[in-house]
Amino acid sequence: MSLAKQSTYPGALSEMLQAEFETSDYTVVALAGNPNTGKSTLFNSLTGLNQHTGNWPGKTVTNARGKYIHRNKNYLVVDLPGTYSLMANSVEEQVARDFVCFARPHTTVIVTDATCLERNLNLVLQIMEITDKVVVCVNLMDEARRKKIRVDLDKLSSLLGVPVVGTCARNGKGLKELKDMVEKVALGQISTKPLRIDYGQALEKAIRQIESLIREITDGKISSRWTALRLIDGDKLLLESINQHLGIDLSGSKTLQSEIEAVRSSLKKENVTIEDLQDRIVSSIVKTAENISKQVVFKEDMAHNKLDNRIDGILTSRSLGIPIMIILLGIVFWITIKGANVPSDMLAKRLFWIEGRLDVVLDRLGTPGWVHGILIHGVYRTLAWVISVMLPPMAIFFPLFTLLEDLGYLPRVAFNLDHYFKKACAHGKQALTMCMGFGCNAAGVISCRIIDSPRERLIATITNNYVPCNGRFPTLIALAGILTAGATGAFSSIAAALSVLSAIVLGVIITFVVSRLLSKTILKGLPSSFTLELPPYRKPQVWRIIIRSVFDRTLFVLGRAVVVAAPAGLLIWIMANTGFAGSSLLTRCAQFLEPFARLLGLDGYILMAFILGLPANEIVIPILIMSYMSKGSMLELDSLAEMKGLFLDNGWTWLTAVCMMLFSLNHWPCGTTLWTIRKETQSWKWTFISFLVPTITGVTVCFAVAQGVRLLGLV
Amino acid sequence: MNTNLIPLDQLPVGCFGRVRRLTARGNTRRRMLDLGMIYDTTIEALRKSPAGDPVAYQVRGAVIALRSEEASKIFIEMN
Repeated sequence: MSLAKQSTYPGALSEMLQAEFETSDYTVVALAGNPNTGKSTLFNSLTGLNQHTGNWPGKTVTNARGKYIHRNKNYLVVDLPGTYSLMANSVEEQVARDFVCFARPHTTVIVTDATCLERNLNLVLQIMEITDKVVVCVNLMDEARRKKIRVDLDKLSSLLGVPVVGTCARNGKGLKELKDMVEKVALGQISTKPLRIDYGQALEKAIRQIESLIREITDGKISSRWTALRLIDGDKLLLESINQHLGIDLSGSKTLQSEIEAVRSSLKKENVTIEDLQDRIVSSIVKTAENISKQVVFKEDMAHNKLDNRIDGILTSRSLGIPIMIILLGIVFWITIKGANVPSDMLAKRLFWIEGRLDVVLDRLGTPGWVHGILIHGVYRTLAWVISVMLPPMAIFFPLFTLLEDLGYLPRVAFNLDHYFKKACAHGKQALTMCMGFGCNAAGVISCRIIDSPRERLIATITNNYVPCNGRFPTLIALAGILTAGATGAFSSIAAALSVLSAIVLGVIITFVVSRLLSKTILKGLPSSFTLELPPYRKPQVWRIIIRSVFDRTLFVLGRAVVVAAPAGLLIWIMANTGFAGSSLLTRCAQFLEPFARLLGLDGYILMAFILGLPANEIVIPILIMSYMSKGSMLELDSLAEMKGLFLDNGWTWLTAVCMMLFSLNHWPCGTTLWTIRKETQSWKWTFISFLVPTITGVTVCFAVAQGVRLLGLV
Repeated sequence: MNTNLIPLDQLPVGCFGRVRRLTARGNTRRRMLDLGMIYDTTIEALRKSPAGDPVAYQVRGAVIALRSEEASKIFIEMN
């Protein structure tokens, strides 16, 4: 299960069809395949680091693209979403199908898993109906060998009527042959004769009846046999796509429509209902795949899955499954938090040292004070803060998480926990998107793509913010430190750890409650379905993981954060340094917010810090310190004790610390996350709801706690 | 109809069955078909998750987990 490598946007295709593909400089290669076939690994091996948008599309709404050069020719590779079929059951399938069908890549490479060829052939056969410019890539040949599964590639090629290449993408074996074959197919040096599926007498007759009509209308721009089949099957989405991409309105053709009706009613007379039709079509494909598989796949060791089975027996067992999972995830978080401390400090020291140099330089240049202030104390200092706080934990967390992903462990987590998510009307895979959210909520939101059911995907997207991300962890930890600073020695750090832990647990509980509420209210009626594949365990490729997760995830998230933090730094500096009647704009705003903030157990400055912290959560505490010290720019206090002193001077009680922790856990998602939600859902409505839901939760929880505590006279 | 049919969620772990009928509709049905669960397909119940649901099944060489709701819409004949 790949957490981040699929595009799911309705708007994706139009962007993919951009002029870029029209240029004759590039040979366009589409990469299709089932999930878990190593398609992304192959994509990376083919293109190296020469990728357009990274393997994690986010900046633009598109699938990952990359380039390679082979024999002095330029190739553009488009990584399509991993799908089981092309029947357009989901947005991914529609995107993949429309690309193959209408973007007309010069070659479509279908990546299959040698250890599970039969199931993969389903997609191969479907794509071969759309285009004959196909190369089948049988990947994971090494895994197959290890499991003593032999695949007769020549036989497969002759049965399918298209070229077949065996590869092992992780060590680059077979890549040259694949590139050669892609070239030959693209240039038409090999003519393919894709196998035709026999759909049985009745259906074949129906297809023949309207095929020629379609060929006439579409002028051969689309496979007429396949279109005929889809239209008999009642595929309305295809009609829309044909209209959109080819500019041909098939539903406007009366002759065609009446032909289709005639064909359908005559099928009905032969006792073939629409539902039967679906079944027949799919069954014909599946049986063909089974038949081919029987002839080309030889399992020499019937117990080839024994090891996987035995590992699963432990990792998903009733007694050990969940404890092992908690320990593994605990280790990941522990390494992240522990490991990030030292590099974070080093980075901060280095970056603030540079700030000192910059100060000197600007002074020498005689820059006006306010320009100096905006640039250095506003923009630069905010950036330095965000980078030193965010970069180290992400650079540790993402590779570790990607390692678990690469091993194949993550789907087992979903399997172990699905029962609890089901009770919350959510999907087991939400457990994974939540884990990702610990790293970064924007990353968590993107990872919601792995949930293929629309309702559960929206639930996971909207509730992802209840998991505290790397940006909020330092806030929670600092506040917990203040809260428990009274305790002494070892007890203090345990108490602090416990309060952070309870914040996380509370976040998870709220996630469950809100998920359930959402699915019973605004998300009622959206379709849902659950299937979860547990792919075979695989040997991870450690170096590749580190490189990819640093490039794709860490730098990507950091880049976004920097983009939003810089203008925020500017704004904060201006607000803190301009004003009227003796107090700054920041103070004025805080005073305005004060009465409302009091109700929530906070104060005006805290609420203001959260509002100004919209671009990135890690700047909330710095803004707060800055406001209290009225220094006009962010800074870091030397010790927790100093910070506590400062806060106490400003009227803090333990309730303030608790409420701020609660509000940090439950408030609007940061700007980066909101932006990502907008991109992912393609909807302002859902973005707004994602903003509103946690905010309402936060206000409610803080209000209840603050008023409750005050009522009981505990403060 | 054959009286030996049982819904897939009642197939004991370690046992095999053959698909006889799908009662799921719409997207769920399509997805089941896409995963190769057509008439006469052999399915083995591999293992239960810690809470007993979902259950992992072996279908055409792949391991697919289904919740009891979904599995109860697949009727099989036990081998």
